[in-house]
Parts: sequence; structure tokens; C-alpha cells
Amino acid sequence: MGVSSKLGNLGVVTTTLEEAVNWGRTGAMWPLLFGLACCAIEMMSTQASHYDMSRFGMELNRASPRQADLIIVAGRVTRKMAPVIRQLYDQMPHPKWVVSMGDCASCGGVYNNYAIVQGVDEIIPVDVYVAGCPPRPEQLIHGIMTLHEKVRGERITDWAN
Amino acid sequence: MNVIRGFATTFKHVMQEPVTYEYPEQERPFKERWKGRHHLRRYENGLEKCIGCSLCAAACPADAIWVEAAENTDDERYSPGERYAKTYEINMLRCIFCGYCEDACPTQAIELGSEHQLSFTDRRDAIFTKDMLIDPVPEGGEDTPQQVEPGSFDRAIPDMEDPK
Repeated sequence: MGVSSKLGNLGVVTTTLEEAVNWGRTGAMWPLLFGLACCAIEMMSTQASHYDMSRFGMELNRASPRQADLIIVAGRVTRKMAPVIRQLYDQMPHPKWVVSMGDCASCGGVYNNYAIVQGVDEIIPVDVYVAGCPPRPEQLIHGIMTLHEKVRGERITDWAN
Repeated sequence: MNVIRGFATTFKHVMQEPVTYEYPEQERPFKERWKGRHHLRRYENGLEKCIGCSLCAAACPADAIWVEAAENTDDERYSPGERYAKTYEINMLRCIFCGYCEDACPTQAIELGSEHQLSFTDRRDAIFTKDMLIDPVPEGGEDTPQQVEPGSFDRAIPDMEDPK
């Protein structure tokens, strides 16, 4: 009984730390500038003044993977682009997340051929898939909010991974 | 002089209202013809409009639709036609929302709605089944399968506005 109550007290502390860190992570998640096709136009629109992703702490798209937390794969990934995207992902510091924006990045979409990777999750682990061809800025923002929800639910025991 | 003009432009914009839409709270109106999530429609008496012909799946450029048809009987009637869609699945991550399925449908069973909130943490969640796509039974209608009098439906493709 005594042990469990002590563990319970500890639990309150860890939960608070978890929440604080997750809050910090959702509050400033800077995306990597990675537009590949027409989805990139909608990503630019999401970044621009009408939708303004900086309301969610995404101040600007970083061109350098070292300073990015999130990679929005916007557009179809060709076989030639696959090693590049993998390298960029590996260069990003932990913690890092991936949003697969649009049909082509998620599963190849209409491009069912030899040149296009059939889903970017063949190369890098994807956290959120956003449907649409291309998704409207609203849909991308909804995807980002889905990602925020996922990040808020992350456990302290998973941080080491 | 040019400096003053430049500053005047700056100050003019300081006074303006911001153009940002606070998206999750405030939505910018979409165009009426904008195509979002699909719906499978019903007749007013509750029968499903879809007759399981798979023309939507044939028309789909992204192979996003999967239809499996089964035969209607008078004891278990789902649609006024000869067959109905036993399985109807749309992969939202494959769909490009072009509306070809809508155009191909002979009974106007499938329509693209205006819901746009489609993002998933697992790609398996993106496959919308028939239960998720079909409209609720309208008031006064009866849920499918319905039991009908033998011989009241004899056409493969129904032509009635609202079959009795």
C-alpha cells in the first residue's frame, strides 16, 4: 500500500513533466522546407497570411534539417528523391515527426508506376497522413492538429526511442 | 520624397485589419462545387441508391473504390435494383476527389460532400467502409434490409424517383 501510494505520487510528477515537454514540443514545431509538387503550393498558402501556420508556433519553414522538427512531405516522391529524403530525415535531430501531405506522398495516388515511391512510409516512418489532392490549407492544418494531439499523448517512456 | 511614400505605405498597412482566418475556430467558406468526403445516398423510403454495379470503381483513376455486389431478395432487400453493394470501401488516401465516381453512377448513389477534415495517424483508418459512408435512414424510412412484397421490384436498374 505504501509503495503504491509513493509510486502514485511519483506518477503525478512524471505526468506533469510529460505534459510540460509535450506542450513545448507542440508549441514550436518548425517544419523542414520540403515541397515536391503541387502540394507545396498549398503548403506555401498555409504558411502565408490567410492561414498562417505561425499561429501554431511554426514560424517558418527551415531550409536546414538540423533546425527542423517536422518534415511535411508535400508531393509525390520519385525513386530518385527517395535517398535524398531519407538523408534529410536522418540529419534531423530527435524528436522528429513526419506528415505525409496529400495522396501521392501517402500511397502513390494516381501515379501507380515505376518512377514514384508508392507511399513515403516505405522510406521514413509517417506520423500523420493528410488526404486530399492536394489538401486545402485547412486540411493541412487539421493534419497538423492531429499531429499535435498525437504528440500530446506521447509517453515519457517512449522519448528514449 | 520616396522615403515618405514608403513610410506612408507601411503606416497604411499598420492600421489594416489582419487577413488571417483563425482556421479551427473560424472557417473560410468553401466554394459550393468543392468536393470533399463521399456519401452514399438513400431513397426516402430508406432503400440504398447503390445497386452495386461497380461503375464508380471502373471510372476511378486512382483505384480508390472497392465494390463487392450481392443479389437482392424480396426478404432481404437493400436496393430497388437487382443487386446491392455488399462491400463498399473508399480509400481516402488514394481518392483524388475528382468526382468521376459521381459522374459514372447511374443512380446518383454516390455524391461528394463538403467535409474536409481527413487526416489519419494510421493508414488503415483511411479506408472508409459502407457503414461510414452511407447516410442515416431518413425520417419515415425503414432501415435496410427491408422485407418487401414479392414482385414489387423487377428492374435491374431502377428508374423511379422514389421507389415505393
